[in-house]
Amino acid sequence: MNILSTKSAKPQARQPARQELESVVVRFAGDSGDGIQVLGAKFAAATALAGNDLATFPDFPAEIRAPTGTTYGVSAFQINFGGRSIKTPGDAPDVLVAMNPAALKVELPNLRTGGILILDTGSFSERTLRKAGYVGDPRADGSLDAFRRIEIDISALTLEAVKPLGLSQKDALRCKNMWTLGLVYWMYGRERDATIAWMKQRYGDTPIAEANVAALNAGHAYGETAELSGDLVGTVLPPAPIAPGLYRTVTGSEALAWGLMTGAHLAGLRLFFSSYPITPASPVLHILTANREAGVETLQAEDEIAAVCAAIGGSYAGALGVTSSSGPGIALKAEAIGLAVAAELPLIVIDTQRAGPSTGMPTKTEQSDLNLAMFGRHGESPVVVLAARSPSDCFDTAVEAVRLASRYMTPVMLLSDGYIANAAQPWRIPEVDGLPGFPVRFAEPHDGERDFLPYARDPETGARPWAPPGTPGLEHRIGGIEKGEATGHISYDPKNHQRMVDARAARIEGIAGDIPPQRPELGNDRGPLAVVGWGSTYGPISRAVLVLRERGHDVAHIHLRHLNPFPANLGELLTGYDRVLVPEMNAGQLVTLLRARYLLPAEPLTKVTGLPFKIEEIQHAILERLEKRA
Amino acid sequence: MNVVAPVASPVSPTPLKPSDFASDQEVRWCPGCGDYAILKAVQKALADLGARPEKTVFVSGIGCSSRFPYYMATYGFHTIHGRAPAIATGVKMTNPELDVWVVTGDGDGLSIGGNHMLHVLRRNVDLQILLFNNEIYGLTKGQYSPTSRVGTRSPSSPGGSIEDPVSPVQFALGAGARFIARAIDTQQKHLIAVLKAAQAHRGASFVEIYQNCIVYNDEVFAEFTGRNAAEQQQLLVEHGKPLVFAGGRKGLRLNHRDLSLEVVEIGEGGSGAAEVLVHDETNRTLASLLAAMQPPEMPVALGVLYANPQPSFGERRGQAPRPVATAEALNKVLRRGDTWVVSAPGEGTAPAPAGEA
Repeated sequence: MNILSTKSAKPQARQPARQELESVVVRFAGDSGDGIQVLGAKFAAATALAGNDLATFPDFPAEIRAPTGTTYGVSAFQINFGGRSIKTPGDAPDVLVAMNPAALKVELPNLRTGGILILDTGSFSERTLRKAGYVGDPRADGSLDAFRRIEIDISALTLEAVKPLGLSQKDALRCKNMWTLGLVYWMYGRERDATIAWMKQRYGDTPIAEANVAALNAGHAYGETAELSGDLVGTVLPPAPIAPGLYRTVTGSEALAWGLMTGAHLAGLRLFFSSYPITPASPVLHILTANREAGVETLQAEDEIAAVCAAIGGSYAGALGVTSSSGPGIALKAEAIGLAVAAELPLIVIDTQRAGPSTGMPTKTEQSDLNLAMFGRHGESPVVVLAARSPSDCFDTAVEAVRLASRYMTPVMLLSDGYIANAAQPWRIPEVDGLPGFPVRFAEPHDGERDFLPYARDPETGARPWAPPGTPGLEHRIGGIEKGEATGHISYDPKNHQRMVDARAARIEGIAGDIPPQRPELGNDRGPLAVVGWGSTYGPISRAVLVLRERGHDVAHIHLRHLNPFPANLGELLTGYDRVLVPEMNAGQLVTLLRARYLLPAEPLTKVTGLPFKIEEIQHAILERLEKRA
Repeated sequence: MNVVAPVASPVSPTPLKPSDFASDQEVRWCPGCGDYAILKAVQKALADLGARPEKTVFVSGIGCSSRFPYYMATYGFHTIHGRAPAIATGVKMTNPELDVWVVTGDGDGLSIGGNHMLHVLRRNVDLQILLFNNEIYGLTKGQYSPTSRVGTRSPSSPGGSIEDPVSPVQFALGAGARFIARAIDTQQKHLIAVLKAAQAHRGASFVEIYQNCIVYNDEVFAEFTGRNAAEQQQLLVEHGKPLVFAGGRKGLRLNHRDLSLEVVEIGEGGSGAAEVLVHDETNRTLASLLAAMQPPEMPVALGVLYANPQPSFGERRGQAPRPVATAEALNKVLRRGDTWVVSAPGEGTAPAPAGEA
């Protein structure tokens, strides 16, 4: 029988009464080798196809192949999906799928009381329990009584399902994730066709592909035939109200890479990307290197410093130079970014932030590099600082970074974080032809009769001309030594230095006039409380404010993309609120900037655990302030 | 849109003089500095080569040597300490038509920038790298450098330095450089010939230039550059020619017992020319032996010690610069993989046609 060509059966028999929920959070957890990330990604794809909105959060260990069955080897994938717009991967899971005792041990504390717990009993043995740190069996000691348990020997059922294909025991057990996926598909009425097609594309007509499809179908059939009570399973979610168009899912890393490529196209520039591998920033290098045919040149440099320097060389030679790293690497790049400030060359530096200081927690997220981005250079060296708020927003933020870097001849720091980089969400794919361009004009070649002035400034932008080597008649010398106004010759003149410092600062500050005025995302432009955020706190803040507004509370959400310069009206806007609350995954970096800049009594709400805010944490903080006031 | 029409001709239509490569900037090295001689030699070499100023780029790091680009009427980028090879790599990758020169020193290139030097040579980026070696930190007022000999007295080594120096050419060989040469600042004719050979080489060309720091390390090379010492202590290697010096009265032969070079007298009771090795610039082992020779026991080997081209970094990647991405290409990238169409409200979703995948 050719399983691949078999159309998956539609669930109709034994369909329990399905309740309609607004949204559901499912968390899959298992060993690093259990294929949890693939399982999650496929479930996300099928969920998107069903018309739900969604947000995902892959949460995997730093160890590449941790010893089997250990708690530190647990890999998890969380998805929040629903019939309304979804802003975060969700606070506490409604459903936890634990593929082994270690996953149960690590993940159970997060499961909502009364939530559904699916266990692979085949993975429970004295040995695996002990390895996970259990003294007894949690299934027998009452510690799971607060949850609705579905205990299935997924291992045995998978082996049975794939038996006809004659795989080794090891390969056969690797299909466990597909069996589980089949079961969860049945639970939420998902179609299997797209997954089967993907499997066929990925593995071809091979026993591996057939075994995976067989496991998927077996898991699905199990749901159809098993005696599972209707309140345990069968939640149906209506399609979310989503704007019409062509969609895909994107991670922040993908959206960043594609945004850079698209931005370079809109500027009429070639893209030169140079970076050194580092968690969690490396995927941008991988994605861009795979797209060399689309106008991208990439270099895996020997170190972080070389990476930024090569990018500066690329910009000097007339391409858009981009480098990317995470905190430790950004710290190493500081001196070279200062060179780009002095040389007044376009440069984009992407910081996919992770928990610090030092090596910190490479796979955990944080927003603690805002100070580094703002101030992490010697001398007076202002740069543009932007932050992306979500995976899909990385695309627009990257395009904006290219626009500002090339128009103002300046380095731009683009802040993302580990959460945004790895999380995925649906994204309406734009038509690149329809996006507004911002073509760069290089300095025109001339006969060399007049002296070329490499630091003569554009009266509107304050930017100097971009004259890449190779342009006849514009031969000139630049460098890190202070330059005389207009001529660019070395100058140690005190008054000249003051004027150059002022001109560099004014050029960056002037960008405030070239960005949209700040508006609240939600709520009014004055009132008792504004919650001000930046970066990946967007999801939880947005949801928390929305929920509280629906309950009648007057609270506004303001979310900043432009952190330097701030939008021109920001100070005025914020003075319209009695209180300003600033949630950040750091010890209070934006709040300090706002207080210093606008002399506002803005209040911090900080969290530095390596994990994103929960919606309820922000709701709680908002209510506390609204109530105190009342 | 924004593309500057490049001048196609690789060489100047009207011959340029060495002075045409001098910028209008006043040269600010100390009077008597060896850098003046190197500057003159580079300007002459470029004129001889028929180079075009707009296609020529000098990239430097930090230090006395790194002021070099300001004095050239070409494109120039005076960057930060040690990083010139990395910046030059970005320049060359972005525009392979440019003739890119890196000017560095012993501290810049082998101390703070040693890692970049290693990798630019290993990658074989098509650049000329001129390392001015004066065995001292000049611009910071005279501290010992990574090429200073043991016992060098300086403000940071008042009792004499205790670290063994690194040999630039041996380092370059170890890093996998495919062109390695050595010259002396004041020996103009020879230096110019070496510079031209470096420029002609495709891939990374590494040139160590002994440069006298008249203020902090004067006459440190006098042992082999002094008027009376030169003849006895310099061996100018030439591909295919016997390795002889001292006016042809001495030569090098291989000691087969311990695989070392030794000096042999030629003629008049000497062992004769038959034993003298012939220079083969493609022989890495020979280059290694020549690079290691030190006075006074052995002469200093000058000239092209090693030249054995391999495809450059650019050639391996495909030289042609990537064009600006088209909207069509980008639309394709954005639509690769699983996509689906969301129709107007109430009409649901559907996988996108297979053609989109």
